[in-house]
Amino acid sequence: MTELTCIVCPVGCRLKVEQGKEGLKIIGNGCRRGVAYARDEMTAPKRMLTAVVQVAGSERMLPVKTETAIPKAKIYAAMEEIKAITVSPPVMIGQVIKENLAESGVPLVATGTIAGEGCFKPLEKSLGSE
Amino acid sequence: MPKTKAVDLVVVGAGPAGMAAAVAAAEAGVEKIILLERQAELGGILPQCIHNGFGLRYFKEELTGPEYAHRFVQELKKHPGLKVKTETMVVTITPDRKVVTTSATEGLVCYQAGAVILAMGCRERPRGAINIPGTRPAGIYTAGSLQYLMNIEGFLPGRSAVILGSGDIGLIMARRLTLEGVRVKAVLELMPYSNGLNRNIVQCLEDFQIPLYLSHTVTEIFGEKRVEKVRVAPVDKDFKPIAEKGFDLSCDTLVLSVGLIPENELSLQIGVELDPATGGPVVDSFYQTTVEGIFACGNVALVHDLVDDVSTESALAGRAAAAYLKGEIKTKRWLPVKAGRNIRSIVPQRIVVGQTTPLYIRARYPERNATLHVGDGQTKQQVVSPGETIYYTLKPEDIRTADGWVEVSLEGGRVHD
Ligand SMILES: Cc1cc2nc3c(=O)[nH]c(=O)nc-3n(C[C@H](O)[C@H](O)[C@H](O)COP(=O)(O)OP(=O)(O)OC[C@H]3O[C@@H](n4cnc5c(N)ncnc54)[C@H](O)[C@@H]3O)c2cc1C
Ligand code: SF4
Repeated sequence: MTELTCIVCPVGCRLKVEQGKEGLKIIGNGCRRGVAYARDEMTAPKRMLTAVVQVAGSERMLPVKTETAIPKAKIYAAMEEIKAITVSPPVMIGQVIKENLAESGVPLVATGTIAGEGCFKPLEKSLGSE
Repeated sequence: MPKTKAVDLVVVGAGPAGMAAAVAAAEAGVEKIILLERQAELGGILPQCIHNGFGLRYFKEELTGPEYAHRFVQELKKHPGLKVKTETMVVTITPDRKVVTTSATEGLVCYQAGAVILAMGCRERPRGAINIPGTRPAGIYTAGSLQYLMNIEGFLPGRSAVILGSGDIGLIMARRLTLEGVRVKAVLELMPYSNGLNRNIVQCLEDFQIPLYLSHTVTEIFGEKRVEKVRVAPVDKDFKPIAEKGFDLSCDTLVLSVGLIPENELSLQIGVELDPATGGPVVDSFYQTTVEGIFACGNVALVHDLVDDVSTESALAGRAAAAYLKGEIKTKRWLPVKAGRNIRSIVPQRIVVGQTTPLYIRARYPERNATLHVGDGQTKQQVVSPGETIYYTLKPEDIRTADGWVEVSLEGGRVHD
């Protein structure tokens, strides 16, 4: 038997999940959404991964994320790949940094912008001043 | 005195609060707006919050902190009358709305503003404020400053860490450290419950088998030059450590996630009234402080858990400042809120009569199946916890003006396990 906390809503039901003959048996859920949550967690748990990567010639890091959630089991392998990456500027927010991260089929994308010469400036310098 | 420039609106701080307020004011027709930020970058705390979970309420999609900030930076650019000044620190604000700034490029500049919006955010409670005995070696960080060092500068603090405090920032940092290869030995929480979101307890601790010790604290720090270990002890119900039950955890890094306090030096200077329950200015339904023409929103008014709420409330403050500048907010009648059973804080603190007002309410302790009463209005609350904001939209008909106040309380709840 496995115990899980449902995170779908703030109630946070404690779910007890058992592998029965006709599939999973779930108790403790306050509503139906808890069943779907437990099923996903038991069969194919996925997580978003966010991290930072190095930028050539810069002291600032570039924030990145997996475009969609990846299998939980691949998180550490994904981190190893991410740690080995150094990007060269310019990088635009949303740009793919690495395809098929840790064989997950999901790309790693930039969540920030580096506008040339290695400086991380989210473009605010182009805003008007008086 | 430096030379004075006249503007319609000055917004202090370009975090999510200041950006949303400035954009909303511009959209409402305010012409000359100056947005002042002491950092080089816009976004306040967001650029260092690289994790996702932002924007679900406001944009109906899940964004990371830098992405959320980016959306607002794009909005700012749409308004030519809105000028942004970075690396510009506000040093003084007077009650008659003179705003004095200093920067390397322009030196001292003074603005005479028609209205001012305070959006300075909050800062972390320093270690001094929590007084742990022992040596003062290297390797002790507050969670927010460590988040900055790791996520912006790419710095790694050590090999093994203990985290004191289980609020969301502490939980997020436990996962972040683990992913970077730092072994997180434990997260300790003084209270018998965590202040963090369930989702963070599951995805930041349980996913990585990091133990959470409730009702525990650090009683002593050991180490000559560098942290070597900490002594941990459970606490009794008066939060006094039970020394006999203490144990040691070796670690080279201690992370303190022990709360945020609104950044209110400027507010004090102006002389606006502060609410002891929030640490921020007392505001009314329009987010106007007790000094006319001075508004406050975002974490400077109330430490929010969701940036989405900061954006919503700040847009409201921006529109209200626009209405004030047009003379549309006249002297008005208001009623104070009064915190009843199991209520720690309520924002806004002053309800303008006849005005529909979204309230942000915090409970003192966790409970199940309570009923929230707000004036004559009520709603069922399946669970309340000090870590999650309770929302209630107060309608004019909920108030009985004859009472002289609006009472907010949680009734009939049961303390839960
Ligand atoms: C470490 C941390 C982690 C968080 N994680 C999450 C999360 O996971 N999800 C979520 O939804 N929310 C999260 N939050 C909450 C959310 O980020 C905040 O609620 C939000 O950033 C508050 O916005 P703000 O604009 O009020 O303050 P801030 O973002 O702090 O911005 C205030 C700005 O004012 C500037 N300023 C202050 N004083 C002056 C001055 N005198 N002159 C000029 N400028 C000044 C500061 O430099 C800063 O840029 C987190 C908050 C923190 C602190
Ligand atoms: S099972 Fe339903 S009620 Fe319980 S936490 Fe999950 S979504 Fe909420």
